[in-house]
Amino acid sequence: MTAKLSLRNVTKYFGDTAVCNGIDLDVHDGELVCLIGASGGGKSTLLRCINLLEPIEDGEILLDGQDISTPGIDPQSVRARIGMVFQSYNLFPHMTALDNAMLAPKRVLGKSKQAIQPEVEHLFDAFGLADRMHQYPDQLSGGQQQRVAIVRALAMQPEVMLFDEITSALDPQLVGEVLDVLLTLKSRGMTMVLATHEMGFARQAADKVCFLQGGKILEEGPPKAIFEHPQEPATRAFLARALK
Amino acid sequence: MTRRQMYERHQRRKSTLIATVSTVVAMLCLYVFVPMTPGWDKVQKSFFNWEVLQKTLPKLLDAFVVNIMIFAWSAPAIAVLGLLIALARNAKSPAMFPLRVFGATFTDVFRGVPVVLTVYLIGFGIPGLGLPRPWNSPYLWGSVALILTYAAYVAEIFRSGIDSVHHSQRAAALSLGLSEGQVMRDVILPQAIRNVVPSQMNMLIALQKDVSLLSFIGPVEIFRQAGVFKSLLANFTPYVGAAIIFLVITIPATRYADYLMARQMRERR
Repeated sequence: MTAKLSLRNVTKYFGDTAVCNGIDLDVHDGELVCLIGASGGGKSTLLRCINLLEPIEDGEILLDGQDISTPGIDPQSVRARIGMVFQSYNLFPHMTALDNAMLAPKRVLGKSKQAIQPEVEHLFDAFGLADRMHQYPDQLSGGQQQRVAIVRALAMQPEVMLFDEITSALDPQLVGEVLDVLLTLKSRGMTMVLATHEMGFARQAADKVCFLQGGKILEEGPPKAIFEHPQEPATRAFLARALK
Repeated sequence: MTRRQMYERHQRRKSTLIATVSTVVAMLCLYVFVPMTPGWDKVQKSFFNWEVLQKTLPKLLDAFVVNIMIFAWSAPAIAVLGLLIALARNAKSPAMFPLRVFGATFTDVFRGVPVVLTVYLIGFGIPGLGLPRPWNSPYLWGSVALILTYAAYVAEIFRSGIDSVHHSQRAAALSLGLSEGQVMRDVILPQAIRNVVPSQMNMLIALQKDVSLLSFIGPVEIFRQAGVFKSLLANFTPYVGAAIIFLVITIPATRYADYLMARQMRERR
């Protein structure tokens, strides 16, 4: 079975530093892959490369077997198929939550407001945000903002979702409500890649865990193997610190 | 009343008293010493002549309508041209390179030349081409000179507004599949424009005053009308009248701009 999303030798430099140094990764349909590792290990950059927010120097990124990393490809058509959620929510502050979520379907997919609104309202409903849709981002809590950001990405009906440390800016008591959204998405069969520091969540929910350090995947496998029998000394050292 | 509140009330009363005393002393000094200057009688007659003021004020107000008209058609043109220049300077694609150069040159030139000079050069220069009426009107070319100068400043303010929107907003908008143009129009510009409203208010106030520079090339607006009265009545009071009319407009406008600025500072925090 070919993977939904495939990375082959993905390499990215910032100046002379290799932030991604030959990364290979397969993500199958409906899988949740967690990227773990210390900050600066290349997790965020890798996600930004997949969404073509950063051009890669070498290697290729395949979506359904099609190379989306070819220089000169239309990035808009790729990004419309891959949703991304950021650590700092990045909601548009001058629009209501509902308008945030309807902007891209209207502009990119060319749908009319009438056509898209029931669909998007349904999403807000499904994630417990029905009474928040007409509020502006600064009237929402961090957890609510991040859930709106997820709804905004979902409104484009993406095939793959990328999550870049989406709970790192949240108060500890708000982390749970956002992670619950991810579990719902997983039960619906969404293909997801998640860069995270939430080890408990990775262990419980991931299909595959990758440990990144120095721009490389040092070790990957099912969560049980990674968390209980890490092979690499670096993985062991990281987990010892992270789980302390 | 707590000890703290009593102390603060005492402090408040003390500062009010000091402020009152110092204001009274300052006013008294002005009232006593200024009339002691040797030229005071003459200055009072030629600058603060109540009869002259009463006689000229209605005509000055009529002339001020000309200022308002020139202001009213220049301001929207400045906003549009300024925004276009700011966008041109921000354009990224290589095809837009000439536009970028044009935008940079435009702002350099029109910010670098004194407004009076621009008004003179365009106001006298272009009608000198011998264009037929109404294309030789000093109203037209004077306004054009103001529009070009102010658009250069306004463009720079818009540009700083565009830069003030955090780049993560752009990343988020791009990640949804929006094009560069859509990101600018739907996400960046609405925030950028809101951020610079107070600064642009100050430009409007400055423009309102600089409309008077057009008097040098012909239009009889308030400054010119005051000059006519000065020669006619051999008295400077019409200038004071003109200044008062300006202040009636600009002081509330300035206060409003300050209020907007203060509100924005509060929101940022």
